[in-house]
Amino acid sequence: MSVDLATVRRIAHLARISVSADEAPHLQNELNAILGFVEELSSVNVEGVEPMTSVLPMRMKKRVDEITDGYIQDKVLANAPAREDGFFVVPKVIE
Amino acid sequence: MTDLTRLTLAEARDGLKAKKFTSVELTQAHVDAVTRAKQLNCYIVETPEKALDMAKAADARLARGEGGALEGLPLGIKDLYCTDGVQTTAASHILEGFVPRYESTVTSNLWRDGAVMLGKLNLDEFAMGSSNETSYFGPVVSPWRRNGSDAKIVPGGSSGGSSAAVAAHLCLGATATDTGGSIRQPAAFTGTVGIKPTYGRCSRWGIVAFASSLDQAGPITRNVRDCAIMLRSMAGHDLKDTTSVDAPVPDYEKAVGASVKGKVIGIPREYRLDGLSPEIAALWDRGIDWLRAAGAEIRDISLPHTRHALPAYYIVAPAEASSNLARYDGIRYGLRKTGKDIVDLYEKTRAEGFGKEVRRRIMIGTYVLSAGYYDAYYLRAQKIRSLIKRDFDLAYEAGVDAILTPATPSPAFAQGEKGSADPVEMYLNDVFTVTVNMAGLPGLVVPAGLSSDGLPLGLQLIGRPFEEETLFSLGEAIEQAAPKMVLPEPWWD
Repeated sequence: MSVDLATVRRIAHLARISVSADEAPHLQNELNAILGFVEELSSVNVEGVEPMTSVLPMRMKKRVDEITDGYIQDKVLANAPAREDGFFVVPKVIE
Repeated sequence: MTDLTRLTLAEARDGLKAKKFTSVELTQAHVDAVTRAKQLNCYIVETPEKALDMAKAADARLARGEGGALEGLPLGIKDLYCTDGVQTTAASHILEGFVPRYESTVTSNLWRDGAVMLGKLNLDEFAMGSSNETSYFGPVVSPWRRNGSDAKIVPGGSSGGSSAAVAAHLCLGATATDTGGSIRQPAAFTGTVGIKPTYGRCSRWGIVAFASSLDQAGPITRNVRDCAIMLRSMAGHDLKDTTSVDAPVPDYEKAVGASVKGKVIGIPREYRLDGLSPEIAALWDRGIDWLRAAGAEIRDISLPHTRHALPAYYIVAPAEASSNLARYDGIRYGLRKTGKDIVDLYEKTRAEGFGKEVRRRIMIGTYVLSAGYYDAYYLRAQKIRSLIKRDFDLAYEAGVDAILTPATPSPAFAQGEKGSADPVEMYLNDVFTVTVNMAGLPGLVVPAGLSSDGLPLGLQLIGRPFEEETLFSLGEAIEQAAPKMVLPEPWWD
């Protein structure tokens, strides 16, 4: 399977990464090299095989449903590129 | 006094207990060595003041006859582990200036046991790479050089800062992480010892996530004993990581030096790849001879799905990475580029913040997870993982205790030599290590000899789940039998 330029642009948008017109053909070649490399997997017989979930059979742990931290607004906001009055600041998202 | 940076971690521990020197002296010697070794570019952030404060506190505890298993021992921390109050970048521009307000569980365990932090070690960006050349903060240079050449050799990756710093005596040991070979390949390239423990042995909490079903923390050190000592402190159950395993942590050091008589060692025929370098094949044969001489039984085995592991990895790892790295949005932390609207902000931030290899892997991951492709790629790759794991299960059920393989298909290469035209060329570095992550098993790499051009080569031991002790016993047997590697003259000092 290989991807065309339009697909490269669509994936880039899905991944929220802007790709310039110059970059797109390079990226297309590289993605196709990787997709070519994984192509052989389509020939492996996986009939009746369950996808792997864990190394040893074990039950997923569940913790007690209780509050373990909180009141750390300062810590949560400490690395924000823009913040105001205890909020993250973002560009307008609703018209 | 002899140069304290020449000690092994175990020797330094014993010297501190015997009061032959103080942690402040030991730490200062390492701080000075780090300062003189800037050209290796091992550390992204150095924390000499913090190190000396921690050393003073350790000396006080030691003076009272207290102190944990790593009391007063200076270590380097891969810059993928979040450290409270110290910049953590994953070697990415997108996290430049990010100062966590929390501490990863593994590093918390190290500080609980008294260890001292020298700083944060360089790596491939988001741990994606095999040569440390994808770091936003520049490549790490290995202390090793080819005979008669001063070409800059890569220390492997992604834990290249860890492997180079340990090899160059810029710390007593270092933390590292391994998603497809990122502990073991750099250890092999630098003549150091590294273990990727069983998935779930160490908590992943507070470690910047790459591929969550594959990532595991582990140490890189200068010998097997040191590796066992460090892993014991790093490992353990953590309520904050549901995949961490609630099982007691053994005293791994006790396994070092234990007899390997009667252990059954599997030699998988599928690892004898077409075109395997004669030098690597000969190294592998020597390893077989050493273990046989130590009393182990050698048995040929088959792991028929081996060749599918690397391609399946290049679906699973990018898929999980694309999901994990969605959090870098320019809103809550890290880099932000302004845009005309919120989507434009995301796209510009991520285009500028992520390097080329990271962008490429996010794109591949996004593609294989996109509508209509999930079953054909990700689900199929996870089924192939089950087949790979079943190969190992069958070998272990038949009585095999551990499996011996080469660590890498070649010795270290020079900067710029690989992967510039075709990314897959670089990916092939992980051909012997990636199966272990896919099956979630423990894997130990020990130095075993030098290549014809004078660079280190390693052998890999793969174990049963949660039987790291067997690997330490076998690893030490190889260490004892292998020729002693002469460390390069410190040309960087």
